[in-house]
Amino acid sequence: MAQAFEPPAMPANAHQVVRAPGAVTGIKQSRLSKATRDRILQIGSPLGLLALWEVIVLAGMVNSRFLPAPTQIIGSFWNLASTGLLYLDLKASLYRILMGFVIGVVPGMVIGLSMGLFPIVRTIFDPVVSATYPIPKLALLPLFMLIFGLGNLEMILVIASGAIYLVLINTAAGVLEISQIYWDVAKDLGASWWDRFTTVALPGALPLIFTGLKLSIGMAVLLIVAAESDGANHGVGFLIWRAYDIYDIKQMYVAFVLLSLMGYVFTVVLNEIERWLVKWRNV
Amino acid sequence: MVTSLINSEKRQVSIQVKNISKRFKTRKNITEALTNVSVDVKEGEFFCIVGPSGCGKTTLLRILAGLEEQTDGEIILSWHNPERPLSTMVFQEQSAYPWLTVEQNVEYGLRLRKVPKSMRRQITQEWIEKVGLQGFEHHYPGQLSGGMKQRVAIARAFANDPEILLMDEPFANLDEQTKILMQQELIHIWEGNRKTVVFITHSIDEAIMMGDRIMMLTAHPGRVKQVFDIDLPRPRNIAEIRANPHFAELFTGIWGLLKIEVENARIQNGH
Ligand SMILES: Nc1ncnc2c1ncn2[C@@H]1O[C@H](COP(=O)(O)OP(=O)(O)OP(=O)(O)O)[C@@H](O)[C@H]1O
Ligand SMILES: [Mg+2]
Repeated sequence: MAQAFEPPAMPANAHQVVRAPGAVTGIKQSRLSKATRDRILQIGSPLGLLALWEVIVLAGMVNSRFLPAPTQIIGSFWNLASTGLLYLDLKASLYRILMGFVIGVVPGMVIGLSMGLFPIVRTIFDPVVSATYPIPKLALLPLFMLIFGLGNLEMILVIASGAIYLVLINTAAGVLEISQIYWDVAKDLGASWWDRFTTVALPGALPLIFTGLKLSIGMAVLLIVAAESDGANHGVGFLIWRAYDIYDIKQMYVAFVLLSLMGYVFTVVLNEIERWLVKWRNV
Repeated sequence: MVTSLINSEKRQVSIQVKNISKRFKTRKNITEALTNVSVDVKEGEFFCIVGPSGCGKTTLLRILAGLEEQTDGEIILSWHNPERPLSTMVFQEQSAYPWLTVEQNVEYGLRLRKVPKSMRRQITQEWIEKVGLQGFEHHYPGQLSGGMKQRVAIARAFANDPEILLMDEPFANLDEQTKILMQQELIHIWEGNRKTVVFITHSIDEAIMMGDRIMMLTAHPGRVKQVFDIDLPRPRNIAEIRANPHFAELFTGIWGLLKIEVENARIQNGH
């Protein structure tokens, strides 16, 4: 009589590997989409840091005179805000940052795209860019002060000179990174130089252009503090020096928090614009 | 059986290739890609090119497209209707723009030529359907498979409606089933409009099924080894044509010669 088929017994050290949703990515399938979860984490991480800071100060682990707790800083913040000073400082700095950013970024993109697209432009600008890029942008401030006097313009131009290089260099690199095949297709289909500029160079370089924009806005926040140490009578940078003069360290922290908030908001805004413009990257 | 074989001798010449040579000069060395290639492609002809890998097929097509300049020799192309583009190429590698949707990719040539939007959309939709990408109009290439991306590039070239189609192994990245469908579709379209097509392929089968003539290039550097007439009747049917006894004859003849060149190419590469 035929014996029933017996599957061979599994060896003792055998085991099964399960590929299930979440097993490969390490992310548990949940009701939250990946984007929502990332956004919650992005907002949550600074909040967590603040909570930790508060606890450390309250526990007396650090000297609260040099490192006040977040709640103390908030108190100082309300005092400053209620006098209207904070609003003037913030407005003055934002104006300089945004003006400088725009004045730097627009030509930076145009020159960067042209450098990527036209070898002749690259040949002309490459040595100029390489030679002037390492000049600390802050070193230009006294020069601009002499030329334009004390006001906003000299600070705006310092920020613009910081922004222009970062955008220019990243944009040019972004264009050069575009595969030859995409230029060939454009040429084969009869694209003019303007068509190549708008339909190949610009969209192809966009991811790196955004890298440049984000670096530039960070640079702008760095530069504003230093630029406002002299000559400004309002501004977040000026707030720091005013706090120094009156020995009010809490006010200094208000300025630090404002600066980091500014940097954070700028980055979030740029990230959102990027998500919207560079749709094809995150589909 | 309908035999609509056009006597190729009596047709006008569309592409005259006269003693083309191409040398690539890099800082270190000079690569001879093509040597003295001469051939006439006739008006409305389906002209296939086969040859071992690296023999200069793509280089020749790029010279025809004006993307590369020959070192010696002359190309004469006849352009009848300047309203239409002279030639459009389907590239061997992935060439759909990642930042454009399927629809935007397919209409790209028309957009550059400033074809009015309504007309553009109509032509685009027609070709998207012909290559079987309906429903994917608003997808980006990053969301498509390799074969689907290649079909985007094919649709883009056809939508551009050139007088001469230059196709560089257009079906090489497609799965077998899609390939057969696309081959049948291309034959069908071509038998309808009789464009001049220069078609590179590494498949002898494909060349015999599709072509009026097949030019074989020698191993690197490419010279013309032989030009074969494919006197199989049209309209052709992919499924039936292999059963034609003449098909097997042609295949054996062409493979006999190509095998030698492929072996030469392998010896050159030190295999
Ligand atoms: N831009 C280039 N610079 C230098 N050499 C090149 C260049 N393009 C092609 N070649 C050389 O020219 C020769 C022919 O290349 P080509 O791409 O035309 O071959 P092919 O016949 O299309 O090959 P395949 O069937 O593999 O696509 C090769 O030896 C290649 O290395
Ligand atoms: Mg090739």
